Amino acid sequence: MAEKTLMKGNEALAEGAVRAGCRFFAGYPITPQNEIPEYMSWRLPEMGGTFIQAESEVAAINMLFGASACGARVMTSSSGPGISLKQEGISYCAGARLPIFYANVVRGGPGLGNIAPSQGDYYQATRGGGHGDYRVFVMAPGSVSEMANFPRKCYEVAFKYRIPSMILADGLLGQMMEPLEFDFEPVDTSTIPEPDWVLGVNEGRKRRVVRSYDLAPGKMEEFNLELDSIHSEVKANEVICETIETDDAELVLTGYGTSARVCKSAMALARKEGIKVGVIRPITIWPFPEKIFSEIADKVKNFLVVEMSLGQYIDDVKLSILGKAKIDLHKRPAGGIPVAEEILGVIKQILGKS
Amino acid sequence: MKKVFERTKGLVDIPMRYCPGCGHGVVHRLVAEVIEEMGMLKKAILIAPVGCSVFADEYFNTDAIQGAHGRGPAIATGLKRIKPECLVISYQGDGDLASIGMAETIHAANRAENISIIFINNAIYGMTGGQMAPTTLLGMKSTTCPAGRSVDVNGYPFKMCELLATLDGAYYLERTSVHAPANVIKTKKAIKKAFTYQMEGRGFTMVEILSQCPTDWNLTPLQAIERVKNEMISYFPLGVFKAPPKPTKQETVKV
Ligand SMILES: Cc1ncc(C[n+]2csc(CCOP(=O)(O)OP(=O)(O)O)c2C)c(N)n1
Ligand code: SF4
Repeated sequence: MAEKTLMKGNEALAEGAVRAGCRFFAGYPITPQNEIPEYMSWRLPEMGGTFIQAESEVAAINMLFGASACGARVMTSSSGPGISLKQEGISYCAGARLPIFYANVVRGGPGLGNIAPSQGDYYQATRGGGHGDYRVFVMAPGSVSEMANFPRKCYEVAFKYRIPSMILADGLLGQMMEPLEFDFEPVDTSTIPEPDWVLGVNEGRKRRVVRSYDLAPGKMEEFNLELDSIHSEVKANEVICETIETDDAELVLTGYGTSARVCKSAMALARKEGIKVGVIRPITIWPFPEKIFSEIADKVKNFLVVEMSLGQYIDDVKLSILGKAKIDLHKRPAGGIPVAEEILGVIKQILGKS
Repeated sequence: MKKVFERTKGLVDIPMRYCPGCGHGVVHRLVAEVIEEMGMLKKAILIAPVGCSVFADEYFNTDAIQGAHGRGPAIATGLKRIKPECLVISYQGDGDLASIGMAETIHAANRAENISIIFINNAIYGMTGGQMAPTTLLGMKSTTCPAGRSVDVNGYPFKMCELLATLDGAYYLERTSVHAPANVIKTKKAIKKAFTYQMEGRGFTMVEILSQCPTDWNLTPLQAIERVKNEMISYFPLGVFKAPPKPTKQETVKV
């Protein structure tokens, strides 16, 4: 299906989710993600699906909790403050093993912050985000095309492992327009077999219960350890990462999402000047491509981390490299967008080239 | 010998954790009997709240889901929109429904969401050990208003049926109690009406049930019943607060 279209990132994400089988969306307006609920409000009814403008993000995530328990492919989206409000419900979904999908089109924080692009919600996304010990499958698109095509993978992983999944974007990716192609055929939801945990009409089967609590002694520890082994499986099977020209590199640039785009441009500038720079760009940030970082750090001794936050992403790079290479940080939080030229300057400084 | 009474199939045959004299157990039985009588045991989804009735998901012999504190009406919305053929019941306490979940309650009612709420008003936070509820009576003592609830500090107890009756989306609202046999029978009738209206697709229905919590009221079960009769009903009058419009004479003739 090689039909090229021009779309805004947020709309591409919404259409991508619908094509991936999303039939239930509940959300609450917040900039810079409003195009997603706006798109869903007409697109889902067209597909026989349900769109609800909820009274709050708290209500929205709990509507997902119910709809997901009935087996629907569900979605919500928001930005920083709204995602914070959804965290309790996301934790309940993780505890009840419900495969929800959501997107955070990140804006500057803390507090009300601003509506500029940011990567300040990295910790929140990659550490679960709500209370309790759980993780969420997190994909970080770097283009409008990836905004459109990643929801399919998110649903696949969410349903396979019964864990929440999300897309961590930012205001820039949400708002910009780019040509895109969908790399998959629309999912025919009527052909998806109903999982064996779905609530509804219980003719011919035992009654089912969806819950996130267990007060019996030892039971919650048991459940947590079960989650842990699921997390290990996701880590073993679902890492996606892009590496570019790291073989001969004297310095590796690394970032995700918008930062990775800038890293690629900076790499091109550097290579033009004969400076051997490579790029590692995690596409899943949980699970994190630890092994890839570790292996490259055996050869390359300089890493420059670029992030639109105060040094959150760098922690995962450090935990992967474990002291094997020197790591520097170039940070532009809450609306600061790094540009290739300034990164080239930092690279030269690190390598002692003028 | 002819069987004259049988335990409802709507409840799982396990011991309940409720205290002696608690209203929850009585209401559970009524809800279960109605589900069974309507032939909906295989088509009901019960939402258990956070509160003493958190274990309702174990007790009801139907599909069930336990959700976050106060979010029952939002969860019910998600369930019902995906499975409209199911009877969706949100079982909630007063802290759950009228405090932390007030927004979800009002908005579900206002959307005319096609769900039924069973609202247990025991004027106290049972599970957490007797703190003040949004429905705690004026002058009534709790662990967080040890001198008794005062208007100056805490404002007034919420009258939820009266509040929701102002909303066009609310189709059927009734307040009952379970302190005496006649009231128990009325409560069951109200529950049946609510569930029937839901399955007819008429919109939001709620039965508010005044209920005893002897443990956290620091009363004996008998004293607790006296409190419902003598103190609660005067502030929370029993009755129907929203009901289907009566058909006009002409409409009746047509039918
Ligand atoms: C978000 C959140 N806040 C607080 C609690 C603690 N909590 C558990 S039960 C409860 C009160 C329940 O009271 P009510 O709804 O009146 O039900 P009852 O126990 O009286 O039946 C509270 C505050 C919680 N579980 N979650
Ligand atoms: S504490 Fe009160 S509401 Fe809870 S089970 Fe005991 S009597 Fe019932």
